[in-house]
Amino acid sequence: MTVEIREHPFDPWQTVSEYRSTRLASGKSGASAVFVGTMRDFNEGDEVQAMVLEHYPGMTEQQLEDMRSEAVSKHGLEDALVVHRVGTIYPADDIVLVAAFSAHRKEALAACREMMETLKSTAPFWKKETLAEGERWVERNTPG
Amino acid sequence: MTINVRFFASLRERIGHATLTVEADGIASARDVWKAVSGESPDEEMLVAINKEYAGLDRAVADGDEVAFFPPVTGG
Repeated sequence: MTVEIREHPFDPWQTVSEYRSTRLASGKSGASAVFVGTMRDFNEGDEVQAMVLEHYPGMTEQQLEDMRSEAVSKHGLEDALVVHRVGTIYPADDIVLVAAFSAHRKEALAACREMMETLKSTAPFWKKETLAEGERWVERNTPG
Repeated sequence: MTINVRFFASLRERIGHATLTVEADGIASARDVWKAVSGESPDEEMLVAINKEYAGLDRAVADGDEVAFFPPVTGG
């Protein structure tokens, strides 16, 4: 489960903890860099009550796996983990977890950031926000 | 030639279908597929995937391909 699409709320911290204890070789990773993206209750000046996250089954998983394996290879990581929500989500729900594990911090931090920016610009997900009055598609992601 | 076409997000709502099957001769590229299903010129920002991999609008399509059209991605 190094790349996973989840349809239900998840705890990213528990996910990282379990991954470290069950999947990583003990004593190899001196650095763990973790990014967690969480839903806000505001966007572009409006209150957001909920959001539906849509994806392209098959293509999304492949894009994320390609991104993950490229990061592992480029930075010489011990491992990397990507988890992303789909479905209906609410403010304070976690949306995305990207974690990079390496011997030293430089590679883990760089890989975590790169994976997150690649995910934002290439992974086929789309957000539709529910506002107090009506719905709207998020048209584009802000630059990182 | 049969092309399986998929639409996502705002493009799905605009077209009114999640999937369509296009059966026509004279379709050479993803751009031709878009014209056949929408009757319009493609938006500059529209993204295309052929068989679940990103492709340009002028990439050739073949019988049985899955061609997807969608707006800029907004995950994360």
